Order: sequence, then C-alpha cells, then structure tokens
Amino acid sequence: MKENDVLTKKVKKVSYKSLLIEDIKYRTILTKKYQSRKLYEKKDIKKITAFIPGTIKKVYIKSGKNVKEGDKLLILEAMKMRNELLSPTDGIVKSILVKNGDMVLKNQLLIEFE
Amino acid sequence: MGLKQKSADLKKRMREAVKGGGTKAIEKQKATGKMTARERIMSILDNKSFHEYDLFVKHSGVDFDMDKKYLPGDGVITGTGAINGHPICIYAQDFTVAGGSLGWAHAKKITKIMDHAMKLKIPLIGINDSGGARIQEGVNALAGYGEIFFRNTQASGVIPQISVILGPCAGGAVYSPALTDFVFVVDKVSKMFITGPEVIKSVLGEEISMEELGGARVHCETTGNAHFYAESEDESFSQIKHLFSFIPWNNERKAETFPKRPPKTRQYKIENIIPADPRQPYDVRDVIKAICDDSEFFEIQELFAANIVIGFARIAGQTVGFVANQPLVLAGVLDVDSSDKAARFIRYCDSFNIPLVTLVDLPGYLPGVDQEHAGVIRHGAKLLYAYSEATVPKITVIMRKAYGGGYIAMCSHHLRADFVCAWPTAEIAVMGPEGAANIIFRNEIKNAENPDDIRKQKVKEYKNKFANPYVAAAYGYIDAVIEPSETRNFLVHALEISESKTVQIPKKKHGIPPF
Repeated sequence: MKENDVLTKKVKKVSYKSLLIEDIKYRTILTKKYQSRKLYEKKDIKKITAFIPGTIKKVYIKSGKNVKEGDKLLILEAMKMRNELLSPTDGIVKSILVKNGDMVLKNQLLIEFE
Repeated sequence: MGLKQKSADLKKRMREAVKGGGTKAIEKQKATGKMTARERIMSILDNKSFHEYDLFVKHSGVDFDMDKKYLPGDGVITGTGAINGHPICIYAQDFTVAGGSLGWAHAKKITKIMDHAMKLKIPLIGINDSGGARIQEGVNALAGYGEIFFRNTQASGVIPQISVILGPCAGGAVYSPALTDFVFVVDKVSKMFITGPEVIKSVLGEEISMEELGGARVHCETTGNAHFYAESEDESFSQIKHLFSFIPWNNERKAETFPKRPPKTRQYKIENIIPADPRQPYDVRDVIKAICDDSEFFEIQELFAANIVIGFARIAGQTVGFVANQPLVLAGVLDVDSSDKAARFIRYCDSFNIPLVTLVDLPGYLPGVDQEHAGVIRHGAKLLYAYSEATVPKITVIMRKAYGGGYIAMCSHHLRADFVCAWPTAEIAVMGPEGAANIIFRNEIKNAENPDDIRKQKVKEYKNKFANPYVAAAYGYIDAVIEPSETRNFLVHALEISESKTVQIPKKKHGIPPF
C-alpha cells in the first residue's frame, strides 16, 4: 500500500507506525522518502572506494607494500577528468581489487589496507 | 488582387499555418495520448475567447539547410484569452512542429506574450511540450531561453505565472517552469529532467527509466518540483481553472470574493476530529474543511512533504492560504522538505495579498543525520524568514502541540502573527514533557531506587504544570484561549478587522533569504 494513496483516500486501511521524537512515541504514517532514507555509515579509512564511476587509468601501488598518507594510489578517470586518488592514511596495502582499464561503479571497493 | 481575393489569400495562409506540423505529426501526437497545442489552449480558456498573435512568424535559422524549411508558427502558439471571464496571456509549444524545439523566433514569440502579460498586469500560462533547444540555431536558442528566464524572474510576484508540463521539458528548458509559481503535471505525459536517462547511464552507470527519473509522480512526490498531479490533461485543466478562482490577477489586487458559505459541519465536526492524546494522529485537512467556506479546500503539493499541508480556501468569501502541520504523516514534524514547501507558499501568499492562517500541532523537528546533512538548518530558516517577512494578515491557531523551535517557526507572535489563539488542548512548551522531565530531573531519576517510577511521576508533574496553553497565555504570547468550535468565528473576525493592515518594513533592495 502506498502512503500517498492513503493521503488521497483511495484506500480505507491505513498502516500506522510509531515515530520517536524527544522520548515521545507518536502514532503516524511514515513517508516513502523517510523509509528509504540512507542511514549514516561511518567511513572506513582502510577501504578506498570510487567516489565517482569511471575508468582506472593507472595503479601506482602493489599489494603488501607500505604507503604513506598522501601517496598516490591510482588514477580514476571520470567526466573527462583524471582524478588522482591519494592515500588517506599510512599503512600496508592488503589487496588491490582493480587493474588498469577497469570500469568501476560509484562506491565500488578499489583498495583495502591491512 | 481585390479585397475578396486578399481575404481568400489570408484564409488560405491561416489554414496552412494552423495545421501546425500537419496531419501525420498530429496523428503521432494523438497516438501518445496527447492533445495538440491548439486543443490545449481551447480547453483551458473560456469558449471563443482566444486571440492568436504571431501566427505568421518565421524562424530565423540559416545553417544546416534550415533556411529551406517552413515551420508553421515556429512551433509555438501564443495569444490572449480569458479564464472565468478574466483576461490572461497564454503560450503553448507545438510538438508537431520540429518537436516543439525552441529557436530564436519561437522564443521571441514567447517573450513578446510575456512582456504583454507584464504590461497588462494579467496572469501568464505556459504550456511546455518541447524537445528542447533547436540545435541547428546554436547559441541563438540558448539566448532565447535566457530571455525567458529573465522575464520569469522579473514577473515573479507581480503577475501569477503558471507552467503546465504536457510532454518533454528537458535540459535548460526546465528552468522556466521552475521559476514560475505553480507547475502542473500529468501522469505518463510530463517528463522533466536536466540530464536524461541515456546520459546518466553512460556517465554514471545508473540505469533508470524516463518515468522513474522525471515523470509526473516523481516530481509531485519526491522532488517537489511540481505542485499539481493529474491523471489526464483534462483533469489538469480543471485544476488550473480551480486555482484561478482563488488568486488575484496581479500583486496590486486582491483575490475575487465569493458569497459567504458555512462549512459542512455535519460532515466535518471540529470537536470529533482531534484526539485529546497528543500522540494520536488525525487528518488536519478535516480541520481545515470544518473551518472554511463550503468545506472546500484546494490543496497544493498534496503528495510532497505531506507532513505539512498547504493550500487555498475561503473564509467568509475571502481567499486565505492555509499552512497546517499534518499529524497523520511523520507526526507533523518540520524537516527539510516541509520547511521548503511551506516557506515558498507563504511568500506566494504574501506577494499576492492573501492572508495566512496557520494551524499548529507539531512535536518539533525530525531528528536524523540525513536531515542535518541535508541542511535542515538553512531549509528550516526559510520558514522563519518567510513568516517574519510576510506583511499580509497572519492568524495562528495552536490546536495541540507547539514544542520548542517548532512553536516559534509556526507563525508565533514573535514572528509578528497578528492574532494567535489556542485551544484548551494546546501544549505550548519548550519541549515535550518526557524529554523535558528527563533533562530537568536527570539526577533525581538516576539516583532513585525506582528510576522508572520517578520518571513517570516527574513527567506527570511537568505535564500538569506546562502542557497547557495557560503558561504562554500568562505571558501574553497567545491572545486568547478558545473552544475549537469558536475557531471559524475567530478567523472571520480577525480577517475582517485586518482589512487595512499596514506594516512599515525597513528600506532595502531585497533581503537575503536562506535559499
């Protein structure tokens, strides 16, 4: 049942949920937008993901090697821009999940640190 | 040639031009369930009121063999006519002529009718059905859009501007509707987006259909770009006519008044609508219908941010704009979308001399990382700005909860409401009793042998003392506590005595609202 059908009164039965605000539980309908909102996830500094979909143009590092914060990791080309991804941390590269020429989606995991 | 022949020649030329893209293109348009541009104009305007301008305008494209092409009316029909007997300017893009694409001459026809509307101080309706810029005309097409956007902005708040999306409206073209007051869309017909599904797929790898990306439903439910959703073009046109019965013809006038009619109190009895328990929901639209003339409420953006309700109704024959928290949806909280929706409506009413009636029942703001990161601070501020800035009569009715920042934002006296009344069920407090007790009596609760019992007791104490309208009334923050059944009388009186309200505003070019 769609929440908006409830609003336009096309259906009689309404499915109420509860919403907690300042320690009070309110009986109400939740919107589709509210229910499909993305819950916040803390960023894992040891996982490097693609911030934009594109193509891997160069990989600077090897797995098992030490990198320092600010070292170049790889080039991700997207929207005609060659983006250099730099390491956000010092660490040892655990695995590289992409190679030269790979097309990657947004948020795809590229590199993992130990 | 004698006069007779010249008349015959004129008739022949008109017949030719009126055909638009020709029989085949018209059939194609109809096959997709769409009316032609001319039919649309005739359906919106009063019978036989349409007068066409610029029927014989020729396009000015010269490159890519365009100079050899004849495009009747250059893909747009413009003119004047009447709605409910009042004059109006209108244009409709004709998809059967070169896909309704916008070239320089096409844009000039539109800007001419826009200038006309401004000069005559009458409303403008734009019907959009266009493939976009006429690429062959290059930068001239872009110039055309820019000229339209500029005029939309100049006309904003001076004359009503209505956009009807009856086909594709993509790329830069979407910004003319976005600059106008109200956008009407029709299911399966309207498509609006900046970049289409193909581009999104090739660049971002995201796959989505045109309907899911920018169909009527999406713009009414999710983006808030559109204000009125209809299942058919005819339904959309009757919505437009209905809207025009509530609004004035320009910003120097008031909306037309109608004979005063009582609400249908047998169907909508105000005492029976509201549950006394502030945690229980009800449909605030029933309260509006219990108050307004003939229980006729014309809702705007019904499907978007449904936790706040906005729309027009009449009280004692006079148009008012209602802004009401909706406990039925998300407990009626304020959030990014609802603040944005209400703020824009308040500014509309203020621009066009429509008094505002605010019905308050909200627990506060919606908590969440998504809200904070989406900028609930700056969006929420729009509501404060709009209410503070508005100089039309502002009347507020606090029905139940008015907690914290929500109390201030919903047109409190502090934002210069002219009249604030509360029902005996009102709870005007810095926050809800549970939250307040947990903070004020934190140590007592923590150190108690039975924390739950103490908490319950403290909540009860707080409730008894503060969960009522009388604390605020004691400070004069509300003007009167009234029975719910007295609400309509209160509003009628308040509107009557506000007739000549005048407010001095500090001299400025314009403010800087948190857009």
